[in-house]
Amino acid sequence: MIRIENVVKQYRGAPRPALNDVTLEILKGDFVFLVGASGSGKSSLMRMMLREDVPNGGSVWVLGENLKTIPNRKVPYFRRRLGVVFQDFRLLPNKTVAQNVAFSLEVIGKSQGFIEAAVPDVLSLVGLQEKANRLPSELSGGEQQRVAIARAIVNKPAILLADEPTGNLDPATSQGIMALLERINAAGTTVVMATHDQGIVDRLKKRVVVLSEGKIVRDERDAGYKSDTQSNVVETNKFADPEGWLA
Amino acid sequence: MRLGFVLAEITQGLRRNLSMVVSVVLVTFVSLTFVGTALLLQMQIGQMKTFWYDRAQVAVYLCTDTSPSDVCSQGQASEFERQAVEDKLKSPTLSAFIDKYYFENHDAAYKNFQEQFKGNAITKYVTADQLNETFWVKLKDPNDSAIITESFGGVAGVEEVRDQRSYLDQIFAILNSASLAAISVAVLMLFSATLLISTTIRLSAFSRRREIAIMRLVGASNFYIQLPFILEGVVAALIGGFLAGIAVLAIVQFFVQGFLAKSMPFTNFVGLADAGLVAPLLLAAGVVLAAIASAVAMRRYLRV
Repeated sequence: MIRIENVVKQYRGAPRPALNDVTLEILKGDFVFLVGASGSGKSSLMRMMLREDVPNGGSVWVLGENLKTIPNRKVPYFRRRLGVVFQDFRLLPNKTVAQNVAFSLEVIGKSQGFIEAAVPDVLSLVGLQEKANRLPSELSGGEQQRVAIARAIVNKPAILLADEPTGNLDPATSQGIMALLERINAAGTTVVMATHDQGIVDRLKKRVVVLSEGKIVRDERDAGYKSDTQSNVVETNKFADPEGWLA
Repeated sequence: MRLGFVLAEITQGLRRNLSMVVSVVLVTFVSLTFVGTALLLQMQIGQMKTFWYDRAQVAVYLCTDTSPSDVCSQGQASEFERQAVEDKLKSPTLSAFIDKYYFENHDAAYKNFQEQFKGNAITKYVTADQLNETFWVKLKDPNDSAIITESFGGVAGVEEVRDQRSYLDQIFAILNSASLAAISVAVLMLFSATLLISTTIRLSAFSRRREIAIMRLVGASNFYIQLPFILEGVVAALIGGFLAGIAVLAIVQFFVQGFLAKSMPFTNFVGLADAGLVAPLLLAAGVVLAAIASAVAMRRYLRV
């Protein structure tokens, strides 16, 4: 499903590589937490899997595609087979919940008939069928993240990448989102989630991959957050806005 | 490809930066009108060239009693001199270049003169023997006129050899520089139109960067992402090109046919049929220009 081999990523001007000889294999149906401090390489790793970035060394295979050699024109078709969720939801403020979900199907050329069937389906899966005609600004943070998840899975992707999906949510709401992600995973979708939230990682007892300074320092199944190297890490929950979405 | 969706995106984009779109329309309109005018001028030149060059002949004027004495010291050309000129025209060296020639005597010249200057007071003072007897020579290739000029320059009894094209060439030179001026203005304007279009598209893309980011994320193809933007530029340029086409047709109908053709009845001017050829060309030029400018402007938003 996802195979990352000896990946090195050195950003220009950075003193040390963001990823330093990372090797990781994720199988179909896995639920994997990527944990680690800010700057440990979680986001870089996610970007590699999305082919937002290419590594300087090593190889990245996702869904049978070699992302180091895939031609640019094929990248959009590759991304259709992935779902992505972010901390900041990234919904279109002037479109309703249903329109936001439909938009992602419209722009990949799905037929009106398909959209009319798929959108209500996925909205009821995430529990938002009642709010289909609301604008994102009228929803709570948890509901907005559900819309983002609905948008990510409406095209039935094999892999769902979630970059700190609960980062902006309170613990109770986060639990609801995690329950939803578990349900999606149980239906067969591979889920890779980057997070700081110790409580969530401890409670779910899934596979945990710990990154530190660009290296994998721990990879355990059915584990919790705590480890010798990570126990003292306390991270403020900064609002990440790397692409200036809120500007 | 969902047409309704694309159309909605275009209308939204056009509305969102209306003032820029209006300026794109105006600049393409004016620049394409210049292009159209230049094209019409070229067509006019071409038309006049074929019309006049076909009729243009080389005139071998024979001496008259009133000719200046430095070239015609003997006065009126004698019958013998006239025959010498005709023999030379018939000679194998020259006749190879000559399509046909004819001789115009004093009486015929007088008749033509009276007709040409009908109503003019000069007709009362001119007598037949003041007008040159002339050999009108029509060449197979009008560009060979120098052969005739050289053969008869300084021959006894010949006052002057003149290629009628030399009169025409002056007119064409003026028309040519006018169309060159129109082309240079048009090129400058088209350049600024291109820049304006790409700026407009950049603005439009910037105001929709969230949508573009999501499109890229969910795997919309580059073609699909840039299509609304390219079409937005194309629609604006299309309106400009359409207005330019109308302007060109109006210029031909009201200025050329309505005014010029009436005041110069013996000249053949470009008509609506020619303008009808130019107008769609302008539309196409506008569309191609806009499509290229928009596609270039969109490139930086499409890096995967």
